[in-house]
Amino acid sequence: MATVIIPTPLRKFTKNTARLEVKAGNIGDTIQQLTANFPDLKKHLLDEKGQVRSFVNIFIGNDDIRDLQQEKTVVKDDTVISIIPAIAGGI
Amino acid sequence: MMIIEDRSKDLMIEDAVKTFPDECCGFMFGVEDEEENRIIKDILVVNNSKEGDKTRRFVISPLDYLKGEQYATDHNLLLLGIYHSHPKHPAIPSETDRLSAQPFFSYLIISVLENKSITLRSWRLNESEQFEEEKITDYQLTLKAKQ
Repeated sequence: MATVIIPTPLRKFTKNTARLEVKAGNIGDTIQQLTANFPDLKKHLLDEKGQVRSFVNIFIGNDDIRDLQQEKTVVKDDTVISIIPAIAGGI
Repeated sequence: MMIIEDRSKDLMIEDAVKTFPDECCGFMFGVEDEEENRIIKDILVVNNSKEGDKTRRFVISPLDYLKGEQYATDHNLLLLGIYHSHPKHPAIPSETDRLSAQPFFSYLIISVLENKSITLRSWRLNESEQFEEEKITDYQLTLKAKQ
């Protein structure tokens, strides 16, 4: 089972669980499982077209899936996936 | 309500003053008590990864974000929020701040004016995704009140 690390601000939508295990073939399947199990996560991860929000980064280890095969990036049993909110702001 | 321990408050102000006129940023760690008060016990200064002009914007890189989460785990603390400065502007969140704000997090803004006057105010998103101010209480005053 691959591991998904949920960032602190989204843990209230995963019953305060920080690490979830998923059985998925790629990142797209992983997101689908997460949002099926925790529907409140959906609007924080996906836009109205079902694409990963631009404010959300998904990393495998230290690599952004945008630099890999995006949502088709393969997930193995020992893969650790981090959901990372974009943190920015200013005047 | 937010209570900031003195050392953390001093470090954030020092970062904001040192970084002026650019924006500084970092993480705040701590605990929530049974009354849901947030006690900031530690901070981590983070490099402002914004490319180009940093006087009006800050960015925390994804890899720095991961380090922040790991720091919280390693120190058995909660990652409670983000601090950043508003050089030459009031400690009021902008629309830019609101659009990229996360639920749950406290957003502490440090206003540093040209005369070095400093103001700290903290904000959190409500259910309508609008910022509401979170009162900051001085840690020492709280300690005295409990004695």
